[in-house]
Amino acid sequence: MSQFFTYAILTATVASALGVATPFLLAALGETMGQRSGVINLGVDGIMLLSAFTTYFTALKTNNLFFAILVGMGTGAVMGVITAFISVTLKAEQGISGIGIYLFGLGFSDLLFIKLVGTPLPINTLNPINIPLLDKIPAVGGMFFEQPILVYVAFLLVPVVAFVLKRTTFGMKIRAAGENPAAADSVGVNVARIRWSTVLIGCTLAGLAGAALLMYDGIFQENLTQSEGFIAVALVYFGAWNPSGVMGGSVLYGLAIAVVLEWKSLGIIPLSASDLAATAPAVITILALLTVARRFRQPAALGKPYERGG
Amino acid sequence: MLSWFALPFSLVAALLLGALMMLALGANPITGYNALIVGAFDGSYALGSTAVKAAPLLLVAVGICVAFRANVFNIGGEGQLAMGGLASSATALALPNLPSIELIPLVLLAGAAGGAFWGAIPGAFKAYFNVNEILSTIMLNLVAVQVMNWLLAGPMVDKTQNSTYGLIPETKLLPRASWLPILIPNTQLHLGVLIAVIVAGGVWVLLYRTSFGFRIQAVGLSRDASRYAGMPVKRTMTLAMTISGAMCGLAGALLVFGSISHRMVTDGSLTGFTGSDGFNGIVVALFGALNPLWTILSAFLFGGLLVGGDALQVATGVPADMVTALEGLVVVFVVSLEYMRRRSRATSTAPTGRLRAGPPELEEPAPPLVTAEAGSDP
Repeated sequence: MSQFFTYAILTATVASALGVATPFLLAALGETMGQRSGVINLGVDGIMLLSAFTTYFTALKTNNLFFAILVGMGTGAVMGVITAFISVTLKAEQGISGIGIYLFGLGFSDLLFIKLVGTPLPINTLNPINIPLLDKIPAVGGMFFEQPILVYVAFLLVPVVAFVLKRTTFGMKIRAAGENPAAADSVGVNVARIRWSTVLIGCTLAGLAGAALLMYDGIFQENLTQSEGFIAVALVYFGAWNPSGVMGGSVLYGLAIAVVLEWKSLGIIPLSASDLAATAPAVITILALLTVARRFRQPAALGKPYERGG
Repeated sequence: MLSWFALPFSLVAALLLGALMMLALGANPITGYNALIVGAFDGSYALGSTAVKAAPLLLVAVGICVAFRANVFNIGGEGQLAMGGLASSATALALPNLPSIELIPLVLLAGAAGGAFWGAIPGAFKAYFNVNEILSTIMLNLVAVQVMNWLLAGPMVDKTQNSTYGLIPETKLLPRASWLPILIPNTQLHLGVLIAVIVAGGVWVLLYRTSFGFRIQAVGLSRDASRYAGMPVKRTMTLAMTISGAMCGLAGALLVFGSISHRMVTDGSLTGFTGSDGFNGIVVALFGALNPLWTILSAFLFGGLLVGGDALQVATGVPADMVTALEGLVVVFVVSLEYMRRRSRATSTAPTGRLRAGPPELEEPAPPLVTAEAGSDP
């Protein structure tokens, strides 16, 4: 009997961890693309907030979740155009312009929410899709194969991004732009165009991350992300700019959050200590940055605008 | 020329975009901005409220000036504010019988110490272990919010509340002797405003009239050159971040002891306590050209925008969050115009003004943040 309970708890915890990890993973994969090409986008959190709102609003008005998610991605893409224009074309200091984008997203998403919605209503969210056969595997099925579609999308994107970065010409150009833009330029790579593309892809994925977060929560509120976009940026460092490492970091982070949530509701962690326990994901990340993650070298041209002959 | 022009231009451009937003939302921008200006600057009460809002902003911003000048990027102001608030509240609760003349300096120092501690951690991690401070400060914000929630719901909670639905996470009423005295009757203008302005002046002296300030600026401009010149680069970076944290912590103390409730309360989020001052302070510092004296004006201006935002909401129904969105636009415009300034300077030899639209790192790309070999002074 008690064994059944631990089994069920374990399954539920891992399953919800993957749901929690999905927005982190999507945003961090997008950020990885941008950073490998040399662009830090610190505005991810603001972009996630804006797209979470547009997804929410569209879902509320049309009740078409697929369309709503597309609108969320579109919002990310529009913010991507703005971000790329500022970071790549205008060569602005990326850390600070990202804070500007964040504040804009934070303020504007809540402004629209209050003005256009007012009273928050929950929306229908994505139903879990059971993968035939795989979902019948004991325990594993319940953990991994009864998830909403965006979870599958996020995890399938990991090998896709890895393949693009490692095995395609486009990926090679991305890495060249991030490591040595002058050399890339000298052999005919259009550094600005590569960075524009990665920022656009990254911001579109940030938009999808916002949509995924909204679908997980089912309702919008002020500052819905609670810094998740910033955490996603940290996870890119944590994952040493590799899609698989980023996935590992996102799952670990999601697991830490899910464990605290589940165990709190089960009374395993006493309520009085639950706030302190909730610091675990951040503390783990700091320790990881302090010990392992700093041994990896970041893209050499990260955060540096490229100026021909400069 | 352009550098002087860039800051007001950024603000005007952001306000124009704000007017378009209001039009799009069916509000009259003239009515809106009129209400905002009246709400922020018309009459002694409005001016007092603006000054009270501006004081913590100013402190956060002068801290940002120090950090940015040393080329460390402090976006952990939110957490440092909370830590300052907690340390100062705990001090006041522990010493309920001291007279004002002793208690007020003590709680303010405790606040500064709490924030300094929370700023020193990412500063030292950056200087000695090469941990990207943007990431560590964000993570420490997430730790701080939980520590705040835990302390205010547990060890520091007001146990005398009679509530059937559990205790509200707040301290009991802080000793009256710790309240910051009101300087001008019938306004909210309290001692904290004066303190913030004096501290800003002090930081200006520190940055521009002391050898330590010179070291901060030298380290910010070139870590390598400073190292070759024999400067303690790592210690300077750590200290710059510590000072930045101390300013935020002091601002947190002002938020507690200059509040109307005179308690420290949490709604579960950092923003609930800070009002986003940790981020707003970055905008204020940038708009103050990273100069503590200009930052006084800048803080007053943005304090006014934030106070007037509520009047704007009442008059037009456009939520006060618009001010946050406008702040974001100002930042984006300032850093974007910086590029044009650099270009115009590169093509002409005209002398530039002392007012700079950006931190030293805008002049020179920052060194790699996480490389293993960077930073090896003794």
